[in-house]
Amino acid sequence: MVKIRIIPCLDVKDGRVVKGINFLNLVDAGDPVEQAKHYSDNGADEICFLDISASLENRDTMVNVVKKTANEVFIPLTVGGGISSIGNIQALLKAGADKVSINSAAIKNPNIIKEASEYFGNQCIVVAVDAKKHNNDWFVYSHGGTKKTDLYALSWIEKVQKLGAGEILLTSMDKDGTKSGFDNELLSKVSEFLKIPVIASGGVGTLDHFYDGVVKGKADALLAASVFHFNEISIKEVKEYLKDKNISIRD
Amino acid sequence: MKKITIVDYGSGNVLSAQKSFIKIAKDNNIEAEVLISKNLKDVKNSTHIVLPGQGAFSTCMNGLKNTDGLIDELCEFALINKKPFLGICVGMQMLAKTSEENGTHMGLGWIDGKIKLLPKDSLKLPHMGWNLVIPTNSKYNNLISTKNDYYFVHSYYFDCANKDNILAETKYSTNFASIVGKENIYGVQFHPEKSSSQGLNLLKEFIKV
Repeated sequence: MVKIRIIPCLDVKDGRVVKGINFLNLVDAGDPVEQAKHYSDNGADEICFLDISASLENRDTMVNVVKKTANEVFIPLTVGGGISSIGNIQALLKAGADKVSINSAAIKNPNIIKEASEYFGNQCIVVAVDAKKHNNDWFVYSHGGTKKTDLYALSWIEKVQKLGAGEILLTSMDKDGTKSGFDNELLSKVSEFLKIPVIASGGVGTLDHFYDGVVKGKADALLAASVFHFNEISIKEVKEYLKDKNISIRD
Repeated sequence: MKKITIVDYGSGNVLSAQKSFIKIAKDNNIEAEVLISKNLKDVKNSTHIVLPGQGAFSTCMNGLKNTDGLIDELCEFALINKKPFLGICVGMQMLAKTSEENGTHMGLGWIDGKIKLLPKDSLKLPHMGWNLVIPTNSKYNNLISTKNDYYFVHSYYFDCANKDNILAETKYSTNFASIVGKENIYGVQFHPEKSSSQGLNLLKEFIKV
């Protein structure tokens, strides 16, 4: 059976890791390559880079970061943040990324999902969805969660699956940063109809939260940033904890 | 001196495969030159060939056919000179006679069998993530000796006509061949270049063949 994946996410700005300063053994803690290697050595199943650079020029530095990472890290690498064209995707894949994650560009022009998945294969097209609950419905937010759209999250996710997305990276904006657990209600609703894998994101704070994401949220993969960066929980601890509870995990 | 050529015919991320071999060579003090090339001379001069593959089967086959003489050169390398050859993912699937992906398409036909869609059942497709690879054929398998997890991304699998060609199996809905082999020719359904230290180890065993 395929294993539940644990994915650390690194926020990268202008080629430097923004969070993640607590690894004392790293020569340069701000170097995304070193951080990615650290996570890979400690059992991460994949690595995710989120580019939060403000300007387009600085986005080019991401391509170089990916190139350098490919020298050192031999697990799948997903890159997201500000991807807006087939050209962006091609540059990142050619540099050694295995998947790209598209968010705002897909909301603006859903057809980019179809184009990209037909051209590069749907396995490398992840669609990131930032969702927030209003009354009883979840709505999609764009631009790094700053702009509310009129899209219903569940129907949007169904649509992007149809357009050829290979995976959904689902972030709950209600839960993000709260350390109160994933939004398992939203996750399980999505997992029910989704035929492609869903990566849970936003809200994890304890080992139990990882377990609940799998059992209650029915997620295929679990993404976390701050708990790993600030060394509150190590990837090894998560994997041992889940394994003890009979969740299928890679050793 | 090992001369490893990763066949370049426009398939996705081939850089990671090259970097993997460079890393292995460096870590093990193996003298090696690792090329990404479709140049017929490079193929001819290689000690080891790696055929990667991402995307649709027919697109990959057409990619190979688009370089004049490339398939003939690969045949000479693997079938006549019997030098070590490794297909990865769709590169493995192309070793089969035919594929059922979007119609019927001819493969290289070096290992008898057919590429079929994994059972849809209740499991998600593509089969994506880490899964257990269990060696099933100790007589031929030079690439792995113990079971371990490797990284997969695929929806189709190699249905071998001759069970002797199955070197390892993996379970996803059904048991399928995750490593195939025939004499000097190997194919792996997963991505060793993305499978951490065990993946690099497999590639190391390949260049030792």
